[in-house]
Amino acid sequence: MSLIRRVMNLFRHSQVNREIEAELRAHIAMRTEENIAAGMPPETARRNALLRFGNPTSMREQVAGADAALHLEHVAADLRYAGRQLLHSPGFAFTAVITLAVAIAANAVVFSVLNALVLRPLNLPGARSLYSIEQTGEPVNSYPDYRDLRDRNRTFDGIAVYNFNDAGFDAGGNPQRSYIYEASGNYFDVLGVHPYLGRFFSSADEHGPNSAPYIVLSYSFWRTRFHGDPAAVGRTAEVNRHTFTIIGVAPRGFRGSELMYAPDFWLPIVEQQQIDGTSTLDNRNDRSLWLIGRLKPQVTVAQATGDLATIAAYLKKTYPVTDDGIRFSLARPGLAGDMLGGPARAFAAGLMVLAGLILLAACANLGSLFAARASDRAREIALRVALGSTRRRIVRQLLTEALLISAAGGACGITAAVILLRGLSAWQPLPQFPVNVPVNPDATTYAVAAALALASGLLFGLAPLRQVFGTAPWEVVKSGMRATGRKKWFTMREVLLVVQIAACAVLMTSSLVALRGLERSLHSDFGFEPTRALVVDTDLSMADYRGDRIPEMQRRMIDSASALPGVGAAGIIDNLPLGLGWSITSVYRQGTTDFRTATEAAEPAQYSITPGYFAAAGTTLLAGRDFTWHDDKNAPLVAIVNREFARKVFGGLNHAVGSRFIAGAKGKTVEVVGVVEDGMYISLTEDPRPAFFRPMLQVPLSSTEMVVRTTGDPAAVAPLLDQAMKKLDDAMPFGLMTWERQLDSALFAARVATIALGVLGLLGALLAITGIFGMASYQVSRRLREMGIRMVLGAGNRQVLRAALGSAFRLLAVGSGAGMLLGLAATRVLAAIVYQASPRDPVVLAGTVAAMLLVGLLATWAPAQRALHVNPSMLMREE
Amino acid sequence: MARTDLQGTLDLLVLKTLASTGALHGYGIVVHIQRVSDDLLRVEEGSLYPALHRMEQNGWIKSEWALTETNRKAKFYRLTEAGKRELAKAETSFDELVKGVRAVLRYA
Repeated sequence: MSLIRRVMNLFRHSQVNREIEAELRAHIAMRTEENIAAGMPPETARRNALLRFGNPTSMREQVAGADAALHLEHVAADLRYAGRQLLHSPGFAFTAVITLAVAIAANAVVFSVLNALVLRPLNLPGARSLYSIEQTGEPVNSYPDYRDLRDRNRTFDGIAVYNFNDAGFDAGGNPQRSYIYEASGNYFDVLGVHPYLGRFFSSADEHGPNSAPYIVLSYSFWRTRFHGDPAAVGRTAEVNRHTFTIIGVAPRGFRGSELMYAPDFWLPIVEQQQIDGTSTLDNRNDRSLWLIGRLKPQVTVAQATGDLATIAAYLKKTYPVTDDGIRFSLARPGLAGDMLGGPARAFAAGLMVLAGLILLAACANLGSLFAARASDRAREIALRVALGSTRRRIVRQLLTEALLISAAGGACGITAAVILLRGLSAWQPLPQFPVNVPVNPDATTYAVAAALALASGLLFGLAPLRQVFGTAPWEVVKSGMRATGRKKWFTMREVLLVVQIAACAVLMTSSLVALRGLERSLHSDFGFEPTRALVVDTDLSMADYRGDRIPEMQRRMIDSASALPGVGAAGIIDNLPLGLGWSITSVYRQGTTDFRTATEAAEPAQYSITPGYFAAAGTTLLAGRDFTWHDDKNAPLVAIVNREFARKVFGGLNHAVGSRFIAGAKGKTVEVVGVVEDGMYISLTEDPRPAFFRPMLQVPLSSTEMVVRTTGDPAAVAPLLDQAMKKLDDAMPFGLMTWERQLDSALFAARVATIALGVLGLLGALLAITGIFGMASYQVSRRLREMGIRMVLGAGNRQVLRAALGSAFRLLAVGSGAGMLLGLAATRVLAAIVYQASPRDPVVLAGTVAAMLLVGLLATWAPAQRALHVNPSMLMREE
Repeated sequence: MARTDLQGTLDLLVLKTLASTGALHGYGIVVHIQRVSDDLLRVEEGSLYPALHRMEQNGWIKSEWALTETNRKAKFYRLTEAGKRELAKAETSFDELVKGVRAVLRYA
């Protein structure tokens, strides 16, 4: 390529000269020989040859001059010149670089997220053939079904099963809560990873329940907890008070089969009894395990799905009670199957489209900035053309400037993106769960960002060329007129500007809608009162509490918390509403004998609570009574239902108390003793959902949350509560935080959407400002002389402003109007993520209008000042 | 309209020479043009070499060092595809120029 040659030439400058000299010498020598052959004496022959040739030095310089036209030295000179030009107009250079940096950063960040979540979901060898196996649209399966799938399929190299859990980890002295994967023996083989140290557990280790007391540490846990000591392998540690042997360390960067969950260690799922206290491995109806399979080479997704359908048919026939209507499907792995993956992929793709729009808008802006600049420099350029500069030189000059801007903008953008992505990768959005999104930029990201910067540089750099060459230079020099073209209805630039103002308005509307929804979520009626409440999160099985010792300890916890000063009430629930865990149970009317989906009365959320929970949570009892400590396993089975449950199952609040229902297929019949108000249970955007509560003494559970209602500031009570819990049992790991902080996980999706839209809205506004600014300054500089004449002829400020900025504001109005209409349509989509997202909100409408006006004012301020401060006499004299 | 000038004519001569001879060094080009034109055209060395280097930068010709029949190292030039296209253009252009000048001479 010629650029390489030029670079080479630069380093061999003297060699180029030597080459020219050699060529010329050869010529003279040949002429001399010919002359001698024609009969001249040698001396005369040489003189003649030299004479014909003329002055060799000047000749050499002329030849070198022909070569030099494209030498890199000239590129360097061009760069220096372009740099000087840009320094002369720092405002222009700054605006252009920032505009591009913003667009490149936005694209690099969004592309990284897309890359991390969609393009390369699991960073594992042969990840393309890994699939999650979903059951009837849910990503979870039961262990007996898993065994059938594993043993009966003909299309998978292997299918592994895994589950997430937390566990108390104690390697001597300091028990701590840790996060684990319970996995089948073939887990690491199916994923195709190899240990960093020691070995992994394998299928050969599994010999029935509790046969493989081994754990494999994650690399980061090994580094932080064991300071990277290789001797950790072979040591023993207590997990939930059971002894396990550390047999290996996973390689760095391997975080298991889910993208956002970073575990501390893995242990075999056959140890479930030891860890959880109960085992679900024999229960075909307990679907809580996650499946990942590796397809055999050359097997297509369709073939595998067909194979799974055969197994589903077998399961339906063999286990009609539990597996009626079962079907299996494949999903991309890494994001909890399609449950999280579907929306995440859609969201990332949506963001990418928006980021693309931002880039387009940035290019359009830069185009008009450059056009404004070219217009200001029309005279200079015309003069240069008139003085004999070639078009090629001028094009090169303009392109060099554009490339310089795109290099600077690209560099700033990539730097900003890297900083943002580092932060995003380190971010742990959920306080009680080791969730984060590793989106560190990789080589692809850098390549894409650099390519985008370069491409946009060329695009906007070329934009003003037509304008420069569309005008005859002599016209410009003669009259000093700014380039005047035919006035068309719309120029391309105006259309782009309107599109971009509209996009900005869409983003503004959406982010305001999301913000309002989030604000309303924070103040909406949850059916409980998260302010002034603390939550103590424990799993008593981690401290090896079993059987009757669990409820006894729970009662002691409640009693000691209630006794603290500043505490109003305390009570325990198995899963906090709007928390990360929940359980749904089918209920049937009394007397049902045929338990199928068709015969169930409702699918309510089920909770297990102690007496005092409703008082602590701030949930109002509407009818009947609360549980007491006498509702134990020897008393009749009772339940408290919410209003929606009462309406759906019993036909109203008044009929509920005293009625009975069956909880779960072939479950026990329970009597309703009370009704509480409705609340939100699983997500902020759910429809009213039936729910029922059972006494914890009748449905005992070890993993619970204690809600402690404080009368004053919860921060004052927190240290007392911490001490009181430690005093009860110092070997019991627990978490303590305010309920509001705990609720962050429920608001997570809405928050992410709001932040993303807010940032994009800001970027959109920034670009709209530079776009309108570019357009307005272009208009003003084109018509500066006209303004001067108008002022001399007595035009007032208002007329001048209208002439200068009228079209910019017209475009702003058209774009904003269109954008708001689109925004109203777009926010319907938001309603799925953000609670009560309604675009027909006067605050949203007024906010958008105000924001767009502000954008217009900011953008036109400087051009307006320039137009108003035209000094007519100066301007006239200049001509 | 024919766009040509003296430099254009020199380019045309050089390109045509290279088209008919294959590869040739600068001195060979001078001799060839002189011979073929029956001594009517004499190319100045002072214009030839800058022109050759300019055409090479334009990508119309390319060069390489090789030995002459008398075993002397010289830089040989050869036409590229772009050069062939340029030659065709230059020939048309020159024909028009000649026609135009003739017409003017006849009526002026």
